[in-house]
Amino acid sequence: MDKQKKLSINQVEHIAKLANFHLSKKELSKFQRQLSEILSYIEILNKVDTSKIKTTSQVTGLENVFKKDRVEESLTQKEALSNTKSKQNGYFKVKSIFE
Amino acid sequence: MKLNSLTIIETITGLKAKKFSTLDLVNACLDRIEKVDQQIGAFITVCKKEARDQAEKVDNLIKKDSKVFSQKPLLGIPIALKDIYCTKNIKTTAGSKVLENYVPVYDATIVSKLKRAGAIIIGKTNLDAWAHGSSGENSDFYPTKNPWNLQKVPGGSSSGSAAAVASDECLAATGTDTGGSIRLPASFCNIVGLKPTYGRVSRYGIIAMASSLDSIGHFGKTVEDVALILSVTSGKDKFDATTSDEAVPNYSAEIEKTTKKKLTIGLPVEYFGNGINTEIKQAVRKAAKLFSEKGFEVKEVNLPYTKYATTVYYIIQPAEVSSNLARYDGIRFGTKRTSFGDEAKRRIMLGTYTLSAGYYDAYYLKAMKVRSLIVNDLYKAFEKVDLLLAPVSPTLPFNIGEKTNDPLQMYLSDVLTITANLAGLPGLALPCGFSKSGLPIGMQLLGLQFSEELLLKVGYQYQQWTDSHKRKPIL
Repeated sequence: MDKQKKLSINQVEHIAKLANFHLSKKELSKFQRQLSEILSYIEILNKVDTSKIKTTSQVTGLENVFKKDRVEESLTQKEALSNTKSKQNGYFKVKSIFE
Repeated sequence: MKLNSLTIIETITGLKAKKFSTLDLVNACLDRIEKVDQQIGAFITVCKKEARDQAEKVDNLIKKDSKVFSQKPLLGIPIALKDIYCTKNIKTTAGSKVLENYVPVYDATIVSKLKRAGAIIIGKTNLDAWAHGSSGENSDFYPTKNPWNLQKVPGGSSSGSAAAVASDECLAATGTDTGGSIRLPASFCNIVGLKPTYGRVSRYGIIAMASSLDSIGHFGKTVEDVALILSVTSGKDKFDATTSDEAVPNYSAEIEKTTKKKLTIGLPVEYFGNGINTEIKQAVRKAAKLFSEKGFEVKEVNLPYTKYATTVYYIIQPAEVSSNLARYDGIRFGTKRTSFGDEAKRRIMLGTYTLSAGYYDAYYLKAMKVRSLIVNDLYKAFEKVDLLLAPVSPTLPFNIGEKTNDPLQMYLSDVLTITANLAGLPGLALPCGFSKSGLPIGMQLLGLQFSEELLLKVGYQYQQWTDSHKRKPIL
């Protein structure tokens, strides 16, 4: 098998950033090795001719499943907030996103 | 006789005849958990008080109206739920530190259905975190042990549910099967596990893993018990748009009726290949021989695209995982994303990569096309046969720690179960013997979409002829 790693450390760092993970150097190199191995294994699919094949994204053939646009009973504000530790004036309290 | 070792059908007969009370039954299960779960690690949460309170309510209900059983098919039955099913006011962790303190404010649809049918929630069971794994070792809390041999894994990801049923800590349990997570642990623990057709049972309120593959199913000690639970849980749910409005048969009433037509069982050649343990192949072939002696036609079929199934699965599944787990951003509920374990991180990153700009066509799109070829393969086979019979696992239950450092080897544990998920087909796993070393061996029956009734009938017949499923581990 190709000894060359499929992913560079920079690529793993970029993927981690997209996935919102902060990884240590040790983790980066571990995931570089493991993800590269998996990606090399996946290459076997290149052998399959799929030029005339359609995709399958769902299997039971249901289409356009709608429900009536009616107001129904839902959680109260109090219930919706009952599991969070940080709330304020009936809202979720989160760290500021904008500077 | 110990009440906790009864089947559901036996229990209902006993409760109706007032041979014991529901509270006796619940206490028998709780005592068993107290006695063995320290070694097994099947439970994350045991609902002692809730279960006892509920048992007293059920006993009063029976006292008041002995006909109540006809409206509540699971009345008084202690059931364990995989800890990925949201349960109102009961902690639901998904086996992950991220949701260590998460207490849902609602019940999953099938939890409500089970409660309405009279079932008693005895506890929440351990699992590979987020249902990612084939051994139970990816639980962020502790690994579950196989009741047949404590050095071995019970199979995953529904590890605790299978181990709990096998060790008589409850009468039945629930699971999820995205790539084999019900059938594999059922076969490693010598119990019955059903993965229904995609969309047969509602996914609402069950923490999502890979939404085009997730199937919601059950574990029991016999095929009959599993049929009874499926009669309760199946059907359309307005909260899950992928549930089908296909009519729900009364699976347990139909199970004893034999089919008029002579049935043909296919043995897929690729499922009996070189990589599969010899003792497992022998045990499944022995079952095939029995079917043929009992009047079934048995013939070999080919599923040439099987060899690509694991690869397709390990593109599609992590892609969907990365999208489903994006919601755990540590803002509204759950802890920070640093609390994700390694396996979840691996899958999220793999999915993030294969879906990212420039790589989507080469990976995800390609996988969805090969998925079509795998589905076609199966449908072609079902033109010639009514059912497929195959092993569940390529290996016997393996040692704890054996595959934890090699994710790829772990992924290959699912090689024989994945195709049913890719095509949305139902699969029934049931015990079919033991290895020389005393470990359970399981086989699976696969059928066309919504053929659960047929699978259960044939599985039921098999259990009338054999008794592997009656053997219990010594604990």
